[in-house]
Amino acid sequence: MRTYITHRLAVAVLTLVGMSVVIFLLLRLAPGNIVDILFSTGGYVSESDKAAIMKELGIDRPLWVQYVDWLRDILTGNLGKSYRYDLPAWQVIKPLIPVTVELAILSTIIAVLLGVPTGVISAVRQDTTLDYLLRIVSLAGLSMPSFWLGMVIILALVAWLGWIPPVILVSPTENFKIHAVQFLLPALAVGYRSSALIMRITRSSVLEVLREDYIRTAWAKGQKGRVVVWRHALRNAILPVVTVIGIEFAFLIGGLVVTETVFNLPGVARFLVQAILWRDYPIVQNLVMFIAIVVILSNLFVDMLYSWLDPRVRYGD
Amino acid sequence: MATERVVADSGLELVTVAAPGRPRTGWWTTLRRFCRKKPLGAAGGALMLVMVGTALLADSLATYDPIATDAANTLAAPNSEHWLGSDHLGRDIYSRIVHGTRVSLIVGVLSTLFGSVLGGLIGLLSAYFGGRTDLISQRLLDILQGLPLLVLALVMSAALGPSLQNVIIAISIPIIPRAARVIRASVLSIREMQYVEAARALGLRHLRIAFRHVLPNTIGPFIVLTTAQLGSAILVEATLSFLGLGVPEPYPSWGRMLSVSAAEYAQKAPWLVLFPGIAISLAVFGSNLLGDALRDTLDPRLRGS
Repeated sequence: MRTYITHRLAVAVLTLVGMSVVIFLLLRLAPGNIVDILFSTGGYVSESDKAAIMKELGIDRPLWVQYVDWLRDILTGNLGKSYRYDLPAWQVIKPLIPVTVELAILSTIIAVLLGVPTGVISAVRQDTTLDYLLRIVSLAGLSMPSFWLGMVIILALVAWLGWIPPVILVSPTENFKIHAVQFLLPALAVGYRSSALIMRITRSSVLEVLREDYIRTAWAKGQKGRVVVWRHALRNAILPVVTVIGIEFAFLIGGLVVTETVFNLPGVARFLVQAILWRDYPIVQNLVMFIAIVVILSNLFVDMLYSWLDPRVRYGD
Repeated sequence: MATERVVADSGLELVTVAAPGRPRTGWWTTLRRFCRKKPLGAAGGALMLVMVGTALLADSLATYDPIATDAANTLAAPNSEHWLGSDHLGRDIYSRIVHGTRVSLIVGVLSTLFGSVLGGLIGLLSAYFGGRTDLISQRLLDILQGLPLLVLALVMSAALGPSLQNVIIAISIPIIPRAARVIRASVLSIREMQYVEAARALGLRHLRIAFRHVLPNTIGPFIVLTTAQLGSAILVEATLSFLGLGVPEPYPSWGRMLSVSAAEYAQKAPWLVLFPGIAISLAVFGSNLLGDALRDTLDPRLRGS
């Protein structure tokens, strides 16, 4: 187990280094930098001013020097300075993290609560009207852009309840009810989509397990249907489901990019889009690295979870 | 798949041997059987056909010029003139959606094909040659796959700048590792088949075996993969355009229709939000339905599940 973890961590570190190169180069491919953008809004500014600002920001140096600098900064915990805000990058990103984490956790909870039971029901009632209905509903979730779903939810609230979501973030201590609504609605829009994936994998996994001999034995013993399905079948079908939940949690950030924008939540994902539009390199590269780390860690965590869920799974041999 | 239809190549001629007991059926019978067994998949296929038809006939189906503005008719509610209403510049929503089908389909299909073909080739060579080639290409793909599709597409499209081509490239790159994985897995099992061994024994060159004998047998997973990716490619295009990083003006794009309207006019004119979103959802829904049915039909391992 320990050698397995060491091996996985080593691979993860290599992957992250590779990613850092890709991200760094990608961002430098972009036409125009922050100085051009600032100046295009500010009108004409002399070339010498421009050169001075580029020098101050350090983007006049060779690419590899900038890259090495960035790596050293990451390793020493210094995330550089945001061009746009003229503040340390960490200071800008830090307050945004809790918003996104809260949203991601809520969305995942909603996705699991919706996805697992419907998947099981759909499998047990295979090829009935209910099965078709649930599958269509879940496939619809995969097909609707979550940002559009969010917009429709807001529209419906305005039309029916005359309620307009507040523009600024309300903290839970200030007004818990508004805070809950503020987070539950976007979590619903994002969670519905993830629930569709979870539902599908649960369904096919449970279907497979339901054909096993020991399930027939359980039925033959006269075991209650509820016990057979939820205890015997689901427990053995849960492994692929956990994988999908793990992957979805990491990839949720993709769905959050637009949902945070639509619901006006000041989270990491919305900020990423703004930083990309501003070509604020230090912010973008650090945020993308942050996302990459979350993805890799959650994959690792899911693999660890396997042996706990299913003692037959062993590592390192 | 390989057990049903074994393609043996003597090096001189291609011989197709049908498995005993299964007469070859015409495509019409196959299609009818598919529609009967997979009504949902058939519905998805029909949706996709409607979409292709709309894209092809956009010029004659549209009732207005999709980019012509009309100051006298801004934010008109759906009526007999503007079937789905008009936007804040008086542009006809219906005509814009019809023309947007073209953009969505072009971006969706081309980026899916680019990504899948490129990824498929990498997967094929990586699995066929194995060893160090496989190890290195897998690690490189890990790097690309470590990021959510949308985040990678976002950074790519920002880096490349807004243009139709660049959006297609930005969406196809994240598809590469996913395609490579699928084709690699299927090549790994095909590689061990006896007919591949036979081809090798005949002294055929590696590339010929890989492309003539192994590649054609990955067509099933390839079709499943592309239909499944098409839906998400359309979604990503819509999302990028919504964020202002996708298809630039003047092409009418479903995603961008949502972004302009969303900010200011949604409450006054909900049709601005509803119809383009329904168009996106239907297109993706269609390709998802079709993809599911094709997967069940073409991938025997998943049959019945």
